[in-house]
Amino acid sequence: MKKTRVLVTRVFFVTTITGMRVELRGVTKRFGSFTANNQISLTVEPGQIHCLLGENGAGKSTLMNILFGMLHAEEGEIVIDGQAVRFADSGEAVRRGIGMVHQHFMLVPVFTVAENVVLGFEPTKSLGRVNHRAANDMIHELSSRFGLDVDPDALVENLSVGLQQRVEILKALSHDAELLILDEPTAVLTPQEIESLMAIMRSLASAGKSILFITHKLKEVQAVGDVITVIRHGEVVGSVPATTSEADLATLMVGRDVSFSVTKEVVEAGPAVLSLRDVVIRDDRGISVVNGVSLDVNGGQIMAIAGVQGNGQTELVEAIAGLRHVESGTITLGGRDITNKTPRQILDAGLGHVPEDRQRDGLVLSMSIEDNLVLNTAHFRPFAKGWSRNLPAVSSNAADLVERFDVRTTSITADVGSLSGGNQQKVIVARELSRPLTCFMAAQPTRGLDVGSIEYVHRQIVEQRNQGLGVLIVSSELDEVLSLGDRVAVMFSGQVVGVVDPQVGRETIGLMMAGAKPE
Amino acid sequence: MKIWNFLKRLNARGPAATAFFALILGFIIGALVIIATTAVVLNAWRHVFSSPTAIFSALKVTFDNVGAAYRAIFIGAVGSPSAYSHSITTGQGWTNTIDPLSETLTYATPLAIASIAVCIAFRTGIFNIGANGQAILGGIAGAWAGSMVHLPTALHIPFTLILGVLGGALGGLIPGVLKAYAGAHEVIVTLMLNYIIAFFLLYVTLSTALQQPGQANDISRTIDGSAVLPPIFGTGSGLRVSYGLFIAAAVVLFGWWFLNRSTLGFDFRITGANPHAARAAGINARRVIIFVFLISGGLAGLAGEVQMASTTHFVDGGFLIGSAGVGFTAITVALLGRNEPMGIVWGSLLFAALNVGGRTMQASTGIPLDLAAIIQSIVVLFVASPVLVKEIFRLHTTTEAVQLATKGWGQ
Repeated sequence: MKKTRVLVTRVFFVTTITGMRVELRGVTKRFGSFTANNQISLTVEPGQIHCLLGENGAGKSTLMNILFGMLHAEEGEIVIDGQAVRFADSGEAVRRGIGMVHQHFMLVPVFTVAENVVLGFEPTKSLGRVNHRAANDMIHELSSRFGLDVDPDALVENLSVGLQQRVEILKALSHDAELLILDEPTAVLTPQEIESLMAIMRSLASAGKSILFITHKLKEVQAVGDVITVIRHGEVVGSVPATTSEADLATLMVGRDVSFSVTKEVVEAGPAVLSLRDVVIRDDRGISVVNGVSLDVNGGQIMAIAGVQGNGQTELVEAIAGLRHVESGTITLGGRDITNKTPRQILDAGLGHVPEDRQRDGLVLSMSIEDNLVLNTAHFRPFAKGWSRNLPAVSSNAADLVERFDVRTTSITADVGSLSGGNQQKVIVARELSRPLTCFMAAQPTRGLDVGSIEYVHRQIVEQRNQGLGVLIVSSELDEVLSLGDRVAVMFSGQVVGVVDPQVGRETIGLMMAGAKPE
Repeated sequence: MKIWNFLKRLNARGPAATAFFALILGFIIGALVIIATTAVVLNAWRHVFSSPTAIFSALKVTFDNVGAAYRAIFIGAVGSPSAYSHSITTGQGWTNTIDPLSETLTYATPLAIASIAVCIAFRTGIFNIGANGQAILGGIAGAWAGSMVHLPTALHIPFTLILGVLGGALGGLIPGVLKAYAGAHEVIVTLMLNYIIAFFLLYVTLSTALQQPGQANDISRTIDGSAVLPPIFGTGSGLRVSYGLFIAAAVVLFGWWFLNRSTLGFDFRITGANPHAARAAGINARRVIIFVFLISGGLAGLAGEVQMASTTHFVDGGFLIGSAGVGFTAITVALLGRNEPMGIVWGSLLFAALNVGGRTMQASTGIPLDLAAIIQSIVVLFVASPVLVKEIFRLHTTTEAVQLATKGWGQ
């Protein structure tokens, strides 16, 4: 009984507190030679919804892991209400009033909502029995105050994703969180669920809670944010009010400064090698994310797809490679219909594919460089003799490609996982370009690479185009799109807004990325 | 300090060194178990409280008992050194001298085959717990082919072997198809199939034409002499080690070739290491799943066939059931051998030696065979947790990086 009372007073205590001011000052985090966060400073005021906007890999998650005590910054400090703090682990962060809702929920599916919320801090009756009544009361109290409607007795496994997320938020609130970090909370939600999440965020903010909202979706930021901090390449590129236009936000996100340029010869574009007609694709949630895309990639031409991430580009690339089901429409490669064909058939038809997530889809990190260089050609001559692998041919192929593509490694038998990101990407590019191709498709070809590797990959892409290959590039780096593309297709909410010449300028393309039709 | 440096250098040599340490640890803990459970030893230590000098006799009793147990294991598994020296000097009594070795190899033969079966599945990311059931099916198929079909030896032995493989492959095909086309989890399906197959074995040996004529018990017909895998040293020698040993050697070679040199094995390994990359590289996951179960099941079936055709020559209701379940031990051995065919050879020999030697120990010292199981378990425990072994022997190579809960960067 005593514990119950403590718990209830704790809940009341929450109402009397007037929020918390959290400041990050000059936070820097390096992983080896890579700087994930460089001198990041930002301030979250009490009752403020502070949006952290940036592409995948911009350093948002690293920053939040630092704030939540899971990583330690090399430089800089965290200041709460004027007092510098250091968190040894996330437990300390929780005790200082920071709560985090991860993208992947940490709930026990077979427990009820109430059980999940009090897990580890259960109010007990005599003999250590869990006091369900007190737990339920607490959840009723919390949910009515913040408009987080959820049945305490429901089993978590029976709840929709949106409701499970509420349970996570309740969990954080039950630990007296004053600052809630929401890590890409909308990525798993349906549009309706996103609406209600936003309502919850507003009610939390009006109750004095601060929220750090991480996302790469412009619309959401404008709908709910008070202040927007944009991060790119691990640096703050701007802190702007929520009234900033989507086009401006998009340009901020994908970059303003020209960091590279490519010299291209003029090449006569050939006939279409890859054609998409009215392609419709659904994502894992069953929501249609590509809504009737038609596009032609010609030989000797680089078609670059621009757009803020999450507008259907990822799914489009997956569908072309045969990794995602095409709902309707047709995709033809070199005159052959490859719609919903197997990845093997599509590879054999001459598609070179550099996947967006290279470590997940492009490489086997625990295998050697030479094996990774024949990952999709191991069954063909000269790499196979009957049922046997021809290892001398595999080795000489690797020696040749490592040399030609300038992969920096001590040995071709080293695990590909031991290479830097740039060299891993070179391995994939080398493998794909070493096959006879009709069309070369690369998604985010230079994401996370150092300047030298970026330049190298770009040169390779342009060289292939000069030799008459059709090239499709998907990139969220505006500079990359503008300098590489012969034509630029801009995607917005699952559709190609328009295909333009890169000369039209970044203003126009920025507007198109926010959905405006070109005139 | 010199010892530490020596251990460090050993450890740098990799998994084999770790396994060696694990074995030493297994024997040390086994010794503690002997001390704690042997009345004589405990009594000797009890006297130490009254007279401190009794510590010497207590130590002597301890060493005598532990030493006797481990000596018995060694003699039972490999043979006694004095017998070897006698045979070498006189040229007499070789049969008796190498009989323990023959028994160890007899035990290791089906174990190595089944372990390769499990290992190939493991490397594909598939947990084939059903190897035992598949081995039983292989034994049944072999018993049928050996007793119901009559052929000359040159044809009969290959025929029964092939039937054994087919029987096991059939047992593998069921979970394979269920996983590939219905998404059923192979662990559950194979685990449950083990029970079904155990009862199928009873049915076959009790209610079909395969049952030994004139018998009411659960026992099958005995296979023809032409289907028996003959002992290497001849039937009259009394040494049981059979030509199955060469089959096991061939299977180990096949396993090595398949995993490291074949194109299909390459696909298997890619699938096991990174299914996403396998898919993007055009590897057909269904085909891989079906094939891995056919191959793994087929080899497990061969293990059962070899066991039947070289030792029992029939199957009965207890064939590979309970502690004789070679397919279950194979899972442990594959783990112990780190899923490398050569590691599996050493692993099966070690397990066989401990089991065979353990029986001798039980007979000559009264310490139960379970001690062998304890040592085996400890070895596996420590091989499966190399970090722990390194911790105990203080073998830090470098400061091991703390796993970080990051997303987006690093690995």
